[in-house]
Amino acid sequence: MRENRFESKLMKMYASMLMIRKCEERIGDLVASGKIKTPCHLYIGQEAIAVGVCAALKKEDVVFSSHRSHGHYIAKGGNINKLMAELYGKITGCSKGKGGSMHLACMDIGLIGSSAMVAGGIPLATGAALAFSLKRKSNVAVAFFGDGATNEGVFYESLNFASLKKLPVIFICENNLYSTHMPIAATLADTRIYKKAEIFNMTGIQIDGNNVIEVFDKINDVVKSARSGKGPALIECLTYRWRGHVGPNLDLDKGLRSKEELESWMGKCPIKRLERVLKLSKREKEEASRGIEQKIEQAVSFAEKSRYPKKEKVFSDIFK
Amino acid sequence: MRKITYAQAINEALYQLMKKSPNVFVIGQGCTSPWYVGSTTSGLIEHFGNDRIIDTPVSENCITGVAVGAAITGMRPILVHPRMDFMYYAMDQIANHAAKWSYMFGGQSSVPLTVWGIINRGGEQAAQHSQSLQAIFSHIPGLKVVMPSCAYDAKGLLIASVKDGNPVVYIDDRWLYSHKGEVPNKMYTVPIGKGISRRAGKDLTIVATSYMVYEALLAAAVLGKQKIDTEVIDLRTIKPLDEELIFKSVKKTGRLLIADAAWKSCGVASEISALVSENCFGYLKAPIKRITLPDTPAPSSSALEKEYYPRAKNIVIAVKNIFNKK
Repeated sequence: MRENRFESKLMKMYASMLMIRKCEERIGDLVASGKIKTPCHLYIGQEAIAVGVCAALKKEDVVFSSHRSHGHYIAKGGNINKLMAELYGKITGCSKGKGGSMHLACMDIGLIGSSAMVAGGIPLATGAALAFSLKRKSNVAVAFFGDGATNEGVFYESLNFASLKKLPVIFICENNLYSTHMPIAATLADTRIYKKAEIFNMTGIQIDGNNVIEVFDKINDVVKSARSGKGPALIECLTYRWRGHVGPNLDLDKGLRSKEELESWMGKCPIKRLERVLKLSKREKEEASRGIEQKIEQAVSFAEKSRYPKKEKVFSDIFK
Repeated sequence: MRKITYAQAINEALYQLMKKSPNVFVIGQGCTSPWYVGSTTSGLIEHFGNDRIIDTPVSENCITGVAVGAAITGMRPILVHPRMDFMYYAMDQIANHAAKWSYMFGGQSSVPLTVWGIINRGGEQAAQHSQSLQAIFSHIPGLKVVMPSCAYDAKGLLIASVKDGNPVVYIDDRWLYSHKGEVPNKMYTVPIGKGISRRAGKDLTIVATSYMVYEALLAAAVLGKQKIDTEVIDLRTIKPLDEELIFKSVKKTGRLLIADAAWKSCGVASEISALVSENCFGYLKAPIKRITLPDTPAPSSSALEKEYYPRAKNIVIAVKNIFNKK
């Protein structure tokens, strides 16, 4: 048993990253076999960001996700059965089969929602931070978004407003180097995304998004600062998505990126890096994997056995 | 009962809503400005401070998203767009987020947001400062749209919008701001989804929205002298429409004119015309008429504005046409 408190926290983060990885791999297979039809944007390779960020948050802190939402849902503590059922379009899904892969939410864990409009969640998180501020609560709101979202005007509008009002919001840019098919150098005049904070008089830092300990530490710092009323921060997490923009394929055959590039990033696997830090034995790794795989299979079976929503559900939930 | 102006009625509703609940706040461009929102926010900042009367940078999409985010997480924001024209900047947050949030997540959360859009037309302000966009917002599932035509409704519908618990687009018209009417001191609501008959009649039904209710009543008085007995229905809510009220009246009169000061094509008047054709066809004694804006942007010159904005006289001419009178 690992008794050191920090190590036990790291073990939790390890388990969470592994859950995301294995879930996403299984989901990829289910998409390939046609069992899951909703468009899935897989999070494989980026696990350290969701997990490192959420580990620095309290349950009452809120998170807004994007189209690539599975990792955030799992890292914030979402129920795997409900995730899988949602991807299957079943009534037992977290969004009752109305949202699909891109619209996961779970109010109980503070995942307020996931918007598939690029940058759509950024002003929403800013608004949640305004609500905390008006209610004199010391909670923080987090917006997860990709590098592509920094092409949107509302990103800059939100940085300005959040900084102007010193709102407790943390902007997490997961820079995986591609905006769908476009490499960021083809979309940004200055690819140093963290620099964009400076003009809004806000903390902006670039970190290694594949190092969960670094993510956790840095987010911990900015969250503490935001809680104490010192305002927002923009964190650029450098990372790489192993699969294509959407779906289970690697997309190496489309001329968008090279095998060498992918392999070099696979060499920086966030999970293997933490395994080395924790000096996990083969047996410990196998045990962790087995437990997680069991939970995932239970979730798949739960999703398959669940019912589809009744047709009249088309008309419900439009309004409260 | 005391009489106050439409603008004072809005001001009173804002004051009472904010006094009653700490979750209500006003946010938007120009909400502390002396000219952007008329006198509707007078005195509020002195009472509630700039924490709860939040004037903002010119960032319509962001600020709308901020209001949506605050609404989802427990507040009841009143978001003001001092001209509806500026709401195009915020369409993503209104149409893709506020309107879809409840549905998209299976009803886990709602968006108790009032989006207050002001029609501020005339005065040679031209095409980008004059628009009436009720049809656009009514097209989108997940939004409710209300248009008060008098001081009583301005207060009652604003309170109802904030209490509703869903995204409500509250559209007022600066041309109504100085109109006086009887308004109770206490807080009250005008039900969303219900229209009202403002004048009973047996020969013809005029269904009107917002300011056009006033013009329709002027027209009805003129028509009365010519022995045409006109019923005037004030829609109050554009979405969801009070279909029953319209059908009942058309079944009685057999003639319908719709007056809506917005564009003709695919507009509110078109929707009502279609509904009546579908549901009351056998009762119609004459073709349905629409009095709307022409399908053009708003011009600047006052000479052109006179042609552009429909008035009571346009309604009178159209009605006489229905009855084949000169």
